[in-house]
Amino acid sequence: MNFDKELDARGLNCPLPILRAKKSLAEVASGQVLKILSTDPGSVKDFAAFAKQTGNELLSTAEAGGEFTFYMKKK
Amino acid sequence: MDTKKMAIIATKGTLDWAYPPFILASTAAALGYEVQIFFTFYGLQLVRKDVSGLKVSPLGNPGMPMKMPFGPKWFKGINWNIPNAIQSLVPGYENVATSLMKMTIANCGVATISDLRSLCQEADVKFLACQMTVELFGFDHSDFIDGMDYVGAASFFEFAGETDICLFI
Repeated sequence: MNFDKELDARGLNCPLPILRAKKSLAEVASGQVLKILSTDPGSVKDFAAFAKQTGNELLSTAEAGGEFTFYMKKK
Repeated sequence: MDTKKMAIIATKGTLDWAYPPFILASTAAALGYEVQIFFTFYGLQLVRKDVSGLKVSPLGNPGMPMKMPFGPKWFKGINWNIPNAIQSLVPGYENVATSLMKMTIANCGVATISDLRSLCQEADVKFLACQMTVELFGFDHSDFIDGMDYVGAASFFEFAGETDICLFI
């Protein structure tokens, strides 16, 4: 999937992946896509909840070898 | 859509209890909430310029696992069940427990209190300090970080009365 910015939040724990994502989203334009890498298992539900509450669209969530990849489109 | 609001009353002044107010406030701010934290009584410790003195006490806290943040996995898994009576007799026990907890925090990728606090301020979380307890405990405004408002309970209710979420921590 194409993306405009990447955020490496691996090794960080709650609530840092969300806070960093919020910051990174502020640096892209509306409609652009942020790719997020995380190792926090809690972030799967958290990014879905973040998207639901902020109106940004969670395009996909994937897991491979204990690493999670999210693609989020800015509102 | 109206902006959601959250108010927190932070009343605890230990390293472990420093986390909930700052984690919830920074996350709520990231979700678009307008947030205020009212620091009162021991919670004032959380807004002092220097938070390196915050400690955690295993004494009288049966819910706290005592595990080592270093060594092989089997060793880290051991829960050191040390009776309170012994903890209270060993000088420096609290300092050891605090440095072990700080090590665990770093190992787990959990933010430090001063980092989380800065993130709150960057996200426009408003910090209020209870002027009465500032005086009660003999603090001076210069003991605290910049950007604080010093108010009484009535000012807190002005905001708290309009919130969607209000927590006492």
